[in-house]
Amino acid sequence: MDYYNLMRIFAFIHLLVSIPHGYSNYVETKAGQFFSSGHTNNWAVLVCTSRFWFNYRHVANTLSVYRSVKRLGIPDSHIVLMLADDMACNYRNPKPATVFSHKNMELNVYGDDVEVDYRGYEVTVENFLRVLTGRLPPSTPRSKRLLSDDRSNILIYLTGHGGNGFLKFQDSEEISNMELADAFEQMWQKRRYNELLFIIDTCQGASMYERFYSPNLMALASSQVGEDSLSHQPDLAIGVHLMDKYTFYLLEFLEEVHPASQANMNDLFKVCPQSQCVSTPGHRTDLFQRDPGSVLITDFFGSVRKVEITKDTINLTSPVEPPIQRSGSGDIQIESLTYVDQLPVAEIIHQKPKQKDWHPPDGFILGLWTLILLVFFQTYGIKHLKHIF
Amino acid sequence: MNERQWQSTDVEVNRSDGTKNSETFTPAPAKDQFQEELVIRPLHSGDIYASFQFRTLWDTDFLQEGQKKVSHYRLFPKSLGQVLSKFSVQELHISFTQGFWRTMQWGQPFIPSPPGAELWVWFHHTVSDVDGNWKELTNVLSGIFCASLNFIDMTNTVQPSASFKPLGLGNATDHRFLRYATLPREIVCTENLTPWKKLLPCGSKAGLAVLMKSEKLFHSSFHSQAVHIRPICQDEQCTSKAWELRQTLNVVFDHYTSGQGKKEWSLFKMFSRTLTEACPLASSSKVYVDITDNPELFELSPATPLLSQAVVLGDRRTYSVYDLTRAETFGQLRSFNLLLRWKGDNMLRPLLHAERYVAGFGLQTGEIHTVIYNNHPYRAFPVLLMDSVPWYLQLYIHTLTVTSKSRDNKPSYIHYQPAKDRHRPHLLEMLIQLPPHSMTEVTVQFERALLKWTEYTPDPNHGFYVGSSVISALVPSMVAMSTNFTQDQPLFSSFVPVKEESSYFVRVYTEPLLVNLPTPDFSMPYNVICLTCTVVAVGYGSFYNLLTRTFQVDEPSPPLAKRLANFIRRIRGVPLLA
Repeated sequence: MDYYNLMRIFAFIHLLVSIPHGYSNYVETKAGQFFSSGHTNNWAVLVCTSRFWFNYRHVANTLSVYRSVKRLGIPDSHIVLMLADDMACNYRNPKPATVFSHKNMELNVYGDDVEVDYRGYEVTVENFLRVLTGRLPPSTPRSKRLLSDDRSNILIYLTGHGGNGFLKFQDSEEISNMELADAFEQMWQKRRYNELLFIIDTCQGASMYERFYSPNLMALASSQVGEDSLSHQPDLAIGVHLMDKYTFYLLEFLEEVHPASQANMNDLFKVCPQSQCVSTPGHRTDLFQRDPGSVLITDFFGSVRKVEITKDTINLTSPVEPPIQRSGSGDIQIESLTYVDQLPVAEIIHQKPKQKDWHPPDGFILGLWTLILLVFFQTYGIKHLKHIF
Repeated sequence: MNERQWQSTDVEVNRSDGTKNSETFTPAPAKDQFQEELVIRPLHSGDIYASFQFRTLWDTDFLQEGQKKVSHYRLFPKSLGQVLSKFSVQELHISFTQGFWRTMQWGQPFIPSPPGAELWVWFHHTVSDVDGNWKELTNVLSGIFCASLNFIDMTNTVQPSASFKPLGLGNATDHRFLRYATLPREIVCTENLTPWKKLLPCGSKAGLAVLMKSEKLFHSSFHSQAVHIRPICQDEQCTSKAWELRQTLNVVFDHYTSGQGKKEWSLFKMFSRTLTEACPLASSSKVYVDITDNPELFELSPATPLLSQAVVLGDRRTYSVYDLTRAETFGQLRSFNLLLRWKGDNMLRPLLHAERYVAGFGLQTGEIHTVIYNNHPYRAFPVLLMDSVPWYLQLYIHTLTVTSKSRDNKPSYIHYQPAKDRHRPHLLEMLIQLPPHSMTEVTVQFERALLKWTEYTPDPNHGFYVGSSVISALVPSMVAMSTNFTQDQPLFSSFVPVKEESSYFVRVYTEPLLVNLPTPDFSMPYNVICLTCTVVAVGYGSFYNLLTRTFQVDEPSPPLAKRLANFIRRIRGVPLLA
């Protein structure tokens, strides 16, 4: 009986000791997961490469990913959005300033708060590669730069018309899969990313990620080599197809994700199976260090900030006003300023023509005169000069 | 888990006046103020014209050397302030427009603007490298306004010699510091409106800016948003300068597309919102409705006793004023909505309007015609016509003719700067005296150049744009204008400084032109390479094989049974099979 009681007491004490230990284990695993991804900021580069009204769906694709990424927390300053043509304010659009993703105009993905960084003719292969590698001219504004560092997770989304090994930009140039792989290698060597997720929605999209060789890259494509990616549904009022199938189901999947969601990459790979998409989506994870099951969707699509809670109080000092300099009134004689005459006719008529600066003769004129002189001396010789002059 | 509480920090404000220490903590007098107004002008065709103006006045000096840099921004947006001080900008005018202003049907706008994007800047006279500053400024502005202004370079920038005098204070008018460029192809959409709205002190959350919903604003015949920055007189005596930032948005709603065919307008129908409060940071927030043609043309409700008269664009107009800073404007429902209903039709004849078109046929030559109409019955007045034509349309200036009333009209001033291929556009400025009640036609012939194949845009069959011509004129006014500059003048009548009473300054923009350049067949190189390679491969390859290869007969290997039989025969020593 005593032994039994002693056992009970021991068990009770053991339980008391192990609960906090178990609890701290639980906290540690949670903390481990929290800090496991190793990134501190998120960037997104979203590119639509097609021009012309009948490629409305490519702009809608890009804008729906933009919308999801903004909704999950990435600010506009960390998104580089490139749209090759303007569909919202196109004269063919029956509802201006809108781009719809669902038929019957259910969801306007253009919204009221969009900032497009590269638009129209600026979306070229050169600009895209310069944004990725960071080799931009010094006067480029901040909103057009990808200012990522080695702790950034970057999401890159491309859509447009493509083929086996290339993606067409604006009907006039292409980017090949080798160029893209080399650009990512440049980014890796310059330490411009921690992890990179590459999504492409074009025909034969899987060919674009075949050549990647840099570490920490994960890629998804909407169709395999030899297959076409298909568009989803037309809207009869607007008259064009609104979205591509893969991105449509991707948008539906992302609408369910919220910033605290635990959905991981394996769920993303299951988006749009062949029964819905007709093409077979593919993915590539061999270059990625972590297991895709432990990678959260919000690691790339959202911008979950790690917050450190502190219990110290910080005193804020009051702002220092600079001493106000009151100028003595009336002491100094200031001449009154005047506005300029907008059309001073008399002055314009009598305006002297600008004296053009004298420039030394151009190369062509110099060459011509040298030729004439050479021929002259050839024909007449130097000794005849005194007769001529 | 214990609650974490924010501890407030109390700061003792030292209010004693400087006997012991000279620093006083009295709050600085407000150095900046913000005014907003909306002017609604019903047009004779049943359309309605709404013009928003937001003005921030700030008396500080960005450009003064010796004073420490401005770092505290309150109402003035910081992004623009930093741009002004970094590039030593004296005046900046930028506008983004979708649509073309129809002067014949709508009269004159309060703030004119050409289709596309237009940027003209006066730099301070201390700047040494104006071109370098201009290039960097366009890049920075393209980031601020989300527009492709970085396409402005030396091939579409001009330096006008007589047009575009500064609209603000300034004594040095050396045109070396002026740069003008226009991008007629530039599209305006929500992505340009979003950063524009963010420059306002109240954003789009309070005041008149809540009406700016992009779905309604872009479903219109004309939409133009602009930013104008200039130094102006601070007070009547004009002894010191203040910086003025005006953000204007002009929009014309078409009664067929937005109005569903009915000539009846309300704020809710135009903007899908009503006003609920004025911007708390604004010192004045007013709505003006032009009722000069009331009651014959239309009726307005709710009526208001506040009326104001202003002389604008040479005409004395009466306005109903609604002051949004007073709570009774909003009534019981705390929302303010105007209603205008049309009653009749009337024709309008503006005094000055212009149009421009391309004549000719084929893809080699053409002719640009600019037609300017002076509808004043007895007064003649001068106009300054400025044309900036890209280098790929080679103008033949010896074919330039100016005719009025079918007689030759010699301009009193011509400034022509020829283009340099791929370097500089043509600039033609002429001061023409328009006879009364006449039509003046300016024609010049041109030839189209062949571009290098890399210089074509991805959609070359759309055509290439030529920017609008600018016509600056001093139009005789029917009513005497006041030359006094007061602070309480409504914003729409105080944009252009008035120097004399009998005429007002107006700028008219013509249509941009769309010309087709001879476009090569871009699939041609691909086809030629395929064909040539095929011919070479088949022809030369066969010929090469015939010459360099020798042929020998090859016996096929015998089948298995025969090989086995031969093997056995070899062992037996018997002759082999064939």
